[in-house]
Amino acid sequence: MLVDSPLEQRADTAAAPPNRRAIRTVGLLGAVVVLAALLVVSVAIGAKPLSVGQVWHGLFEDTGTFSDVVVGERLARTLLGLLSGVALGLSGAVLQALTRNPLADPGLLGINMGASAAVVTAVSFFGVTSLTGYVWFAFLGAAAVGVLVYVLGGTRSATPVRLALAGTAISAALYGYLQAVMIMDNAALGKMRFWTVGSLVSADMSTIRQVLPFIAVGSVLALALARPLNAMAMGDDTARALGANLNRTRALSMMAATLLCGAATAACGPIVFVGLMVPHVVRSFTGPDLRWILPFSAVLSPVLLLGADVVGRLVARPAEVQVGIVTAIIGGPVFIYLVRRRKVTQL
Amino acid sequence: MKAIRTRGGISLRLDIRGLVIVLVLLCVALAASVALIGTGDFPISATDVIRTLLGNGDAGQEFIVNELRLPRVLVGLLVGAALALGGALFQAISRNPLGSPDILGLGQGSTAGALVMIVLFSGSAAQVALGALVGGLVTGFAIYLLAWKRGVHGYRLVLVGIGMSAVMTAVNGYLLTKADIVDAARATVWMTGSLDGRDWNQVWPLLALCAVLVPVALTYARPLRMLEMGDDVANALGVRVERTRLVLLVAAVLLTAAATAAAGPVGFVALTAPQLARRLTRSPGPNIAASMCMGAALLVTADWISQRAFGADQLPVGVVTGVVGGVYLLWLLLSERKAGRI
Repeated sequence: MLVDSPLEQRADTAAAPPNRRAIRTVGLLGAVVVLAALLVVSVAIGAKPLSVGQVWHGLFEDTGTFSDVVVGERLARTLLGLLSGVALGLSGAVLQALTRNPLADPGLLGINMGASAAVVTAVSFFGVTSLTGYVWFAFLGAAAVGVLVYVLGGTRSATPVRLALAGTAISAALYGYLQAVMIMDNAALGKMRFWTVGSLVSADMSTIRQVLPFIAVGSVLALALARPLNAMAMGDDTARALGANLNRTRALSMMAATLLCGAATAACGPIVFVGLMVPHVVRSFTGPDLRWILPFSAVLSPVLLLGADVVGRLVARPAEVQVGIVTAIIGGPVFIYLVRRRKVTQL
Repeated sequence: MKAIRTRGGISLRLDIRGLVIVLVLLCVALAASVALIGTGDFPISATDVIRTLLGNGDAGQEFIVNELRLPRVLVGLLVGAALALGGALFQAISRNPLGSPDILGLGQGSTAGALVMIVLFSGSAAQVALGALVGGLVTGFAIYLLAWKRGVHGYRLVLVGIGMSAVMTAVNGYLLTKADIVDAARATVWMTGSLDGRDWNQVWPLLALCAVLVPVALTYARPLRMLEMGDDVANALGVRVERTRLVLLVAAVLLTAAATAAAGPVGFVALTAPQLARRLTRSPGPNIAASMCMGAALLVTADWISQRAFGADQLPVGVVTGVVGGVYLLWLLLSERKAGRI
């Protein structure tokens, strides 16, 4: 599966001379530092601002004071933001490589809508009310739609366009169902209108424990797919000639994307645009090599998500704006800017 | 396609299949309208409905038919036709079957305008309709300006629209979370698209707008067909590309915004009706008349199904059109895959 020929290694060194590699490594380390700083900021800032000393107290000398409780809540939220950010960034990068379309995002394949439809079913028909209950339904829905899109997209003969169209069609049908349930059932509407915008508010440690294994497996899978996906970027025939197994790579990529996006959506609702924007921006300074795009996306996506979450907490104090709304309001204009910058022929 | 020539040297081409399809669709739309007028808490037989419409019914039936149910059906027919025409124009301009106003965020823009009225001002139905109209027009204008870069390229229009749609969806989501549950329920029904309780006040403006814009669209049908072959070819054939596109976009945005203001963003009529019409008539270009008849027939039939299957005014018509649209798209996908076209 993995392409590992002497020819390709030579090509690598030619493409990225050591000094450029060093610059990228430093850049990646810098991004990690920014992420670490943001993790601290996310715990410290909110409706009740805490000093660094109070944060330290809450983290390491927890004695149950009010500020310690606040730290605990914000810690769960920050960790969930970190995990979901990594998951969304990696799944977006993998899907963009898989569909060979820089505009692909997890929502395009209907994965978000699958999760939404499953959650509304859980709320309305099974009376599930806790977030820990939603997670499994959302995950099942995302996985079912992922498989369905892959099958309808033509399994072995799946092309990027077919996958995207199948995703759109399934999203449309599920949307009708979602609206119908929400209109018939006021209680479901009450819950869903908060879930569908995407939020980190209701995070707790048990949710994190539930989604962690999926995100971990998906991340490892995604990072391992960098080389075969690199080969596939050159076109199916070239990739085959380079020894990449097309069907296996496609199936594994779909699996990785579904695991990652399904887990993230299950935990915090459908958050759009992180998965679309970050790999797109990353590509503009790393070039097309997925061995750099994937790690950079994994680090910068949580930066965006946690940053948006902090902004959402600050702009409407003491209430807050959900992170999904902030990312879309930031992401939409950036997306339009990117579209405008390209030449018509590149579209 | 058949050519008719007279002795005097006048000739015209007649698309017989297209004509038959248009007539059949008109009959379907009228039949569904009669059935819809007869459906409700006081069922009226089809013969009685027709007799009442012709002015020979008894007083009770006359009130129910003319004051309550006829305007609703007329709004349905007009909204269906307007949405389908708007969709056909957008799809032709963007040269993409997915380039309908639903995808481009016009519906979301109208929704944002309506939600502002519902959530922030608890506005009346008329104010909500006005908000939707303004929201749709502003969004359409913004999309056009943002997609403008030495001319508007169809694909860029779609992509800018998708970005706009995401922003508007976020705004709508925010407004919904800010509403109390009564307003949120009202907003959700509105967002799905409903014909419930529409009266003559909605019929007249819509009818007037259609009376102006449909002839405009019909005059530009020919250049539009050239435009589908690409800007360069159209230019070479003598079409003023940018002007044609601007006029038709304005018409499409107006039609879509007005229809949305009257009935809410009814999903997928704009997407599916032109595609179904094109497949039925088997003609290559945008089929304006057939698309409009298809849209009207589709919407009224969907409304009738939702009333019949779920009881009067339980489910708004938009739910049925959404499910039908999705299933249709899947069918399209599978059939085109078999034909090896994708």
